[in-house]
Amino acid sequence: MRICVQSDPFDMGTEANRFTQSATGAGAIVTFTGITRDSAAGDLAVMEIEHYPGMTERALTEIATQAMTRWQLTDCLVIHRYGRLAPTDPIMMVATAARHRADAFAAAEFLMDYLKSRAPFWKKEIAKSGTAWVAARDEDEAALKRW
Amino acid sequence: MIDVLYFAWVRERIGLPRERIDTNAATVNDLIAELSAREERYAVAFSDLSSLRVALDQELSDFDAPLAGVREIAFFPPMTGG
Repeated sequence: MRICVQSDPFDMGTEANRFTQSATGAGAIVTFTGITRDSAAGDLAVMEIEHYPGMTERALTEIATQAMTRWQLTDCLVIHRYGRLAPTDPIMMVATAARHRADAFAAAEFLMDYLKSRAPFWKKEIAKSGTAWVAARDEDEAALKRW
Repeated sequence: MIDVLYFAWVRERIGLPRERIDTNAATVNDLIAELSAREERYAVAFSDLSSLRVALDQELSDFDAPLAGVREIAFFPPMTGG
């Protein structure tokens, strides 16, 4: 299990390959990458991501540990960036490895649902038309109920 | 003494990222009332608790939670990770 909270960019291909090479005993790997979405008006200049150092690492470790115990995973990876990102820059990535794909898919979805509303990150859109904090969506909170 | 941290728009409204506060507040709600009475910027930031979350020593908590033994409290809007 590996948790990375970083301002540096990451290469999802490199990360996926490294994760795969060490996935001894697994038969399935699922990866998900979240990228910086443009504003509704299509004029996003920068996405600024703030986080709570200390709590972020604790929350991500707790979420990943839960995923490892609830599903038959051989490994899992969470990378999440903070700082200033441009449209299409990768923000975060999760990868799960399991003997069979059902566990890998379910655990990846669980990780994503929990990351959305339980990891202390906040996004601010800085666009030509103005600056605004991204509001949490009710659907994201509701998504936790299925687990 | 307790370290109080603010994030995102809560930090912007209060005007600082963290401060150390000398308080005898028994619960999170008591601390909020104390700060809100102190200055307008706190009253504005804490005016709608449904739009706020609180963490005690880096664990999500509730507004009626006791502060005894807590070293760090953080206020922030609902999280938007992922």
